[in-house]
Amino acid sequence: MSGVLVTTTINGDAVQFACPEEETLLDALRDRVGLLGVKEGCGTGDCGACSITLDGRLVCSCLVLAAEAEGREVTTVEGLVEGGKLHPLQENFISHAALQCGICTPGFLVAAKSLLDRNPDPTETEIRYALAGNLCRCTGYDKIVRAVQSAAKEMRAAKPA
Amino acid sequence: MKHDNSYTGQDFKVIGTRVKRPDGIDKVTGRARYGADASLPGQLVGRILRSPHAHARIKSIDISKAEALQGVKAVVTADDMPVPQGLPGDLAHMLENSMARGRALYDGHAVAAVAAIDAKTARKALQLIEVDYEPLPHVTDVDAAMQPDAPVIHDWIYTSGVDPKPEKPSNVVQRTEFGLGDIDAGFAEADVVVERSYKTEATHQGYIEPHACLANIRPDGSGELWVTTQGPFVYRNVCAQMLGMDIAKLKVTSSEIGGGFGGKTHVWGEPVALALSRKANRPVKLVMTRDEVFRASGPTSSTSMDIKLGATRDGKLVAARAEMRYGNGAFPGIWGMLSCMTSFACYEIANCKAIGYDVVLNRPKVAAYRAPSAPMAAFGVESAMDELAAAISMDPVEFRLKNASREGGQSHYGPVWGPIGIRATLEAVRDHPHMKAPLGPNQGRGMACGFWFNIGGQTCSDLNVGIDGTVTLTVGTVDVGGSRASLGLIAAEELGIAYEQVSVNIGDTGSLGHNDMTEGSRGTFSSGMAAIFAARNTIEVLRERAAKMWGIPVEDVTWEAGQAVAKGSAHGNLKPLTLKDIAAKSPKTGGPIAGHNEVVADGAGVSFASHICDIEVDPETGATKVLRYTVVQDAGKAIHPDYVEGQFQGGAAQGIGWALNEEYIYGKDGRLQNPGFLDYRMPVCSDLPFIDTKILEIPNPGHPYGVRGVGETSIVPPLAAIGNALSNAVGVRMHHVPMSPPRILKALREAEREAC
Ligand code: FES
Ligand code: FES
Repeated sequence: MSGVLVTTTINGDAVQFACPEEETLLDALRDRVGLLGVKEGCGTGDCGACSITLDGRLVCSCLVLAAEAEGREVTTVEGLVEGGKLHPLQENFISHAALQCGICTPGFLVAAKSLLDRNPDPTETEIRYALAGNLCRCTGYDKIVRAVQSAAKEMRAAKPA
Repeated sequence: MKHDNSYTGQDFKVIGTRVKRPDGIDKVTGRARYGADASLPGQLVGRILRSPHAHARIKSIDISKAEALQGVKAVVTADDMPVPQGLPGDLAHMLENSMARGRALYDGHAVAAVAAIDAKTARKALQLIEVDYEPLPHVTDVDAAMQPDAPVIHDWIYTSGVDPKPEKPSNVVQRTEFGLGDIDAGFAEADVVVERSYKTEATHQGYIEPHACLANIRPDGSGELWVTTQGPFVYRNVCAQMLGMDIAKLKVTSSEIGGGFGGKTHVWGEPVALALSRKANRPVKLVMTRDEVFRASGPTSSTSMDIKLGATRDGKLVAARAEMRYGNGAFPGIWGMLSCMTSFACYEIANCKAIGYDVVLNRPKVAAYRAPSAPMAAFGVESAMDELAAAISMDPVEFRLKNASREGGQSHYGPVWGPIGIRATLEAVRDHPHMKAPLGPNQGRGMACGFWFNIGGQTCSDLNVGIDGTVTLTVGTVDVGGSRASLGLIAAEELGIAYEQVSVNIGDTGSLGHNDMTEGSRGTFSSGMAAIFAARNTIEVLRERAAKMWGIPVEDVTWEAGQAVAKGSAHGNLKPLTLKDIAAKSPKTGGPIAGHNEVVADGAGVSFASHICDIEVDPETGATKVLRYTVVQDAGKAIHPDYVEGQFQGGAAQGIGWALNEEYIYGKDGRLQNPGFLDYRMPVCSDLPFIDTKILEIPNPGHPYGVRGVGETSIVPPLAAIGNALSNAVGVRMHHVPMSPPRILKALREAEREAC
């Protein structure tokens, strides 16, 4: 059985794991690193439940090989909490009832954070297109968009230009 | 103790506030554990081999090579899942649906399964299983399946509900009929009659979390199942019976559930996972792929309908007839029957007849999907209503208002209406600013109504008071969309304490008596009722304890705003005792303080909705964009308005997807051609506008707080609302759902040709 040893940084921590060459980063994160917040909804890049960032870029971890994480920086939903405090997006998802079942939530949070990192003041349309790679079947997206708008506003207020 | 469930009209302190849900933090940090997120020592990976044929005899299955593969610990086929003696018919069907028995009945039907040390080995093992199929003629279209020359799928189906009883088997399971009056006389009275045929394609519930479970059967025959389900107690009963186990020996724990919408009321791979675990004598985790979810777990019916409505010139609906043919997939269901019961519920029609046919097809077994069967019937009826209104030059809202069902009226399917909200939702629509907003070219506005029964059912809950005065409410209904928050509010309201003092716990099958599924919009309605009664039961105990502490008769103790108060001038100097005071002394006054309730939650109030939508059609591509959407629905009483709105919005979005894009596409070979999210296109964020909501509160007399179920009705109106908007936008009337770009383009071209 052939395999690879991967040395990578996940949510700021140095991590090493071994896996078969063909294993996806999604499977490795879930089954080898124990980051079960990364969800699988399709395995084909169509639902966004497995969204993570790789060197700051938003990707579907089901479409990335675990071996590709070698030497790079991975952020998952577990990495959003900073200094024991929820990220404003996390706070706003709760206070705006932007989740019903919550299975899509980790992916939406990672995708929304990636948007706000790039564009702190997105329009509604920009939010909708930035999140179009993430499926939510429960909410009709209404409260998700509102939560992102509200988080963006709070974050702008907290960080004077 | 028997409690009174009638509406009391009390003033609320915390009910109706928008508190934070208790499970929110776990769900935004990735800590919440769903179906695929559990493990046990020594667990194996389960995988299922599925039929590539729509219909085939299984001549033989050779599992020897797969069994010999290193790392494979068990291979099962139907031989390992014998039908236990006395298994009820519907469970036998579910069992055969879980694992084919001699015949594969649809593309995706399970034929064998393996458990191996890892996913790679399991996948390899599946390839080593040799199945010798003899393809048989198949049928996937509901109209074709009813033809006399159609291949008969089951030789044991003789249509019920027809006279004389048929002599030959067919694909028609049953004919059902509901109605009132004399439709021939009714149509004779009509000045204008609209008669149309409609078709709707099958859709999938589309929950983002695939079916997943972790089964663990021990050598002594006892076991446990961790599973994403809408009903752990029902799964326990069903699985235990299917596998010939004692019900008490199987403990089922529901994981957090990543969406269900009806699709997780039914077992699919769970009995297979249990059978694998039993054979391997190891825990087995079985997670479906998305392809499997589409091909082998419950979609809706595909339908074909004929609707005929008649009205007088002054706008009175005098007659209605509907004949609705509903595909059931490979096993009998009641979907056509449900369509009959919902079809005409919005209106008072003296003469009406709804006829439903349930038809088996070589498709996956149909499961409930949010207000099951109602959206399709409403598409037909509400489209025809608009055409009829136009034919008598009446405003469609006024026409509906004039004929809306009313309190005291006789429904066509049985009950006499209590206080109902159809009229109020229509009035709210009529007066809504949305109705007056300007529209541009190729834009149109449509509206439609919808109905759903809602159900109550068996429910059981416990309320325990900790020694510090905090409260744990345990319920047996799964939280599919925020019900923990609503139930916490209810317990807080009853006890007169803060919401933050209450924790809500979803019990497993070992911790409570039986609870029916979270389905039929019953979660908050029925567990809410059980929570109210359990809390009232607790208050009795609290009063007794306070009386004991004070040494006065319990009759002199009342419970007010979270504390025991001694009544009467003799006790004037007694300081009220808080929940905390009483709890702290509980070890000395009689032990733990708890309240319980077991109830069949009768009195579920029906729910009506009216939706408005604006759309724009691109005449070049036939693509439709939803510009604005408003949902008006009667909630009875909104316990937590955020989650009520969420139900309205989510249902509307699913209905929009159904109306415009989603469909099961079968090839001539009877195989599903689009089993993935790329080709089965559900609405994404950029497809939708904000979905405005208006909650009406017409109390349900059968619930102490007036609650009605709110989860389902919202998916009923969108199909017709969008069809009506389309007709107003571009002048073509669509009779086939989804109204996808190619279908709209075709209709536009035909209309152009006719105009030349
Ligand atoms: S699981 Fe990766 S996109 Fe769906
Ligand atoms: S909250 Fe359930 S899929 Fe988004």
